[in-house]
Amino acid sequence: MTVDSSAARKRSAAGKAGTTGSKAGSAGTESGATGASAKRTTSTTRAPRAARAGAKKGAEPELVQLLTPEGKRVKNAEYDSYVAGITPEDLRGLYRDMVLTRRFDAEATALQRQGELGLWASLLGQEAAQIGSGRATRADDYVFPTYREHGVAWCRGVDPTNLLGMFRGVNNGGWDPNSNNFHLYTIVIGSQTLHATGYAMGVAKDGADSAVIAYFGDGASSQGDVAESFTFSAVYNAPVVFFCQNNQWAISEPTEKQTRVPLYQRAQGYGFPGVRVDGNDVLACLAVTRWALERARNGEGPTLVEAFTYRMGAHTTSDDPSRYRGDEERQAWEAKDPILRLRRHLEASNHADEGFFEELEAESEALGKRVREAVRAMPDPDHFAIFENVYADGHALVDEERAQFAAYQASFADAEGGH
Amino acid sequence: MAEKMAMAKAINESLRRALEADPKVLVMGEDVGKLGGVFRVTDGLQKDFGDSRIIDTPLAESGIVGAAIGLALRGYRPVVEIQFDGFVFPAYDQIVTQLAKMHARSLGKVKMPVVVRIPYGGGIGAVEHHSESPEALFAHVAGLKVVSPSNASDAYWMMQQAIQSDDPVIYFEPKRRYWDKAEVDSEAIPAPLHKAQVVREGTDLTLAAYGPMVKLCQEVAAAAAEEGKSLEVLDLRSVSPLDFDVIQTSVEKTRRLVVVHEAPVFFGSGGEIAARITERCFYHLEAPVLRVGGYHAPYPPARLEEEYLPDLDRVLDAVDRSLAY
Ligand SMILES: Cc1ncc(C[n+]2csc(CCOP(=O)(O)OP(=O)(O)O)c2C)c(N)n1
Repeated sequence: MTVDSSAARKRSAAGKAGTTGSKAGSAGTESGATGASAKRTTSTTRAPRAARAGAKKGAEPELVQLLTPEGKRVKNAEYDSYVAGITPEDLRGLYRDMVLTRRFDAEATALQRQGELGLWASLLGQEAAQIGSGRATRADDYVFPTYREHGVAWCRGVDPTNLLGMFRGVNNGGWDPNSNNFHLYTIVIGSQTLHATGYAMGVAKDGADSAVIAYFGDGASSQGDVAESFTFSAVYNAPVVFFCQNNQWAISEPTEKQTRVPLYQRAQGYGFPGVRVDGNDVLACLAVTRWALERARNGEGPTLVEAFTYRMGAHTTSDDPSRYRGDEERQAWEAKDPILRLRRHLEASNHADEGFFEELEAESEALGKRVREAVRAMPDPDHFAIFENVYADGHALVDEERAQFAAYQASFADAEGGH
Repeated sequence: MAEKMAMAKAINESLRRALEADPKVLVMGEDVGKLGGVFRVTDGLQKDFGDSRIIDTPLAESGIVGAAIGLALRGYRPVVEIQFDGFVFPAYDQIVTQLAKMHARSLGKVKMPVVVRIPYGGGIGAVEHHSESPEALFAHVAGLKVVSPSNASDAYWMMQQAIQSDDPVIYFEPKRRYWDKAEVDSEAIPAPLHKAQVVREGTDLTLAAYGPMVKLCQEVAAAAAEEGKSLEVLDLRSVSPLDFDVIQTSVEKTRRLVVVHEAPVFFGSGGEIAARITERCFYHLEAPVLRVGGYHAPYPPARLEEEYLPDLDRVLDAVDRSLAY
């Protein structure tokens, strides 16, 4: 990888500024900083130079890539160390994650077509970005997803069937965010980046060494909330990784309708590093996210990772991409398919045999079946759920309306009984 | 020239007419260009008017409304689209603190001819934030006008009038009625924007509604007629200002009023109507003004929305309660 050295210098200076600012920030906000949080800001970085993918004039900036679309492992001086210990078994694990996630996603799409789900937001094409980054997180890290992070949920151990409740229309969430440190899906674009920032500020205050990661899209990067989260996280040196999946589209709008500079370069203006990674390369996503999370753990503050990837399907099942984009684009990206790429690598390096792929196929089938059955068996919520959890402490009006609702429902039962 | 068309198409035709008539009219929002909006309300407009008038914006609602304010300051008449009701809140600050107050703050020197289109309401089985009815939050703010058509013809004409208005108009489109067809006469003489209409005459009780609930109230009146009850149905059309005169006239005749809206009843527009009509018609009323609407709870997941939304039975139940006084 060639790195434009002037850009590199600039960005490493920005990285330093971020660290310095952080000391002032934490001293100013939390005068009684604990020993551990002091450690956070003084620990020296093991992370590579803040210089990331170089920006070449007139060309698309380079991506951090460890696996070519043909599945060839390429060296990367800065990030190789982050995947140095990876075994063939680990690689098969990443492959399995991606295949099962894709299968789950395909099943959900089919279930929507069959009327079992009201809507589905497919992640097709984004498996590497999600599995690579998701597998980089530690159990005590905290994840703030959008509505498309099914692969990250998988990595966090959230049962995939739990993800389907809101798309079926039986709930507005479906899991306890604290049991897997995986927050509920957020539909309002960009909101969760601020929640992640605040959570990370809390982590720092507590002197913990866990990190926080916030997912959002290229479209969401335009929201004021995202800009504000960048500001807050920089000022307070919050241990948060902003993981932007640039899948090239925000419904019908291409990334050019959101920004005129590559998204990862935005970070510079806020005083923290940004890096663009090949979002279809699971290994690179794993390495880069590990690096960014480690920076956070070491007290070096936020990082912006832009995973350059592609939404192969429609925005959601109610979208019709043929109205705004041609097939050629998708075909070009199919050649960079994240799953195919790792498969080629596994095969070429004899890290997986036919048996492995066959077993995985069977496992995929089983997962599909389990998801299908679970969705069909998912009961409609009790009517009184409308009034549940509106408040933590209760509310007289809700009690009154619940009682009226009960009486009204009972009047039907009486009427039926009378027939 | 009368033609039968769906409400979404009627708004599209109306925008087209406004764009043709006045080069200062602009359409802005997320996906309004090539896609024609997620409901296709702006379908084909970019092809015909170009991308400097039909503007696909970045995904930033505060940006959309804030920039529209600036464009209005410069003499343009922006019609902005908020993709769904629940996504207006990033723009709420700009609407409430800036758009609503600019005319007053400038001592009337500055006009704000901005239309904010918001597809709103439930009944389409959507996920969170796609089914809300936040009209009261806007009607409460002085400086904003708030309207909601209930049929294609009104949608067509009210859009023309909203664009011509020098005040900011929050234009709530009942998304579950987008596909309902009605006769639209592009040469008609339309009713004024803020005038309520009697859409069915009756003598026993008045049902007052706007937007998505007007059709329901007409169905209720038809059902009640089979039981020998004569209900009058009002289409309020405008939430701010509210046409209390039409409601008063009707209530003086029927002596009973039930207000129906999808939004939560608590602190909703029905409360305002009930209070004012009680003041105006105290000696005419045979029963308290009743309200039917949403509960004091977040809009529920799709599989519960039937329970949450006013339906035929719930409105008939309120009608019976009123008549029982
Ligand atoms: C505040 C807000 N405005 C509009 C929407 C409607 N909406 C849902 S997804 C979407 C596009 C998001 O694109 P991007 O952030 O790139 O993420 P992607 O869906 O491509 O993963 C839009 C406009 C929303 N959910 N929230």
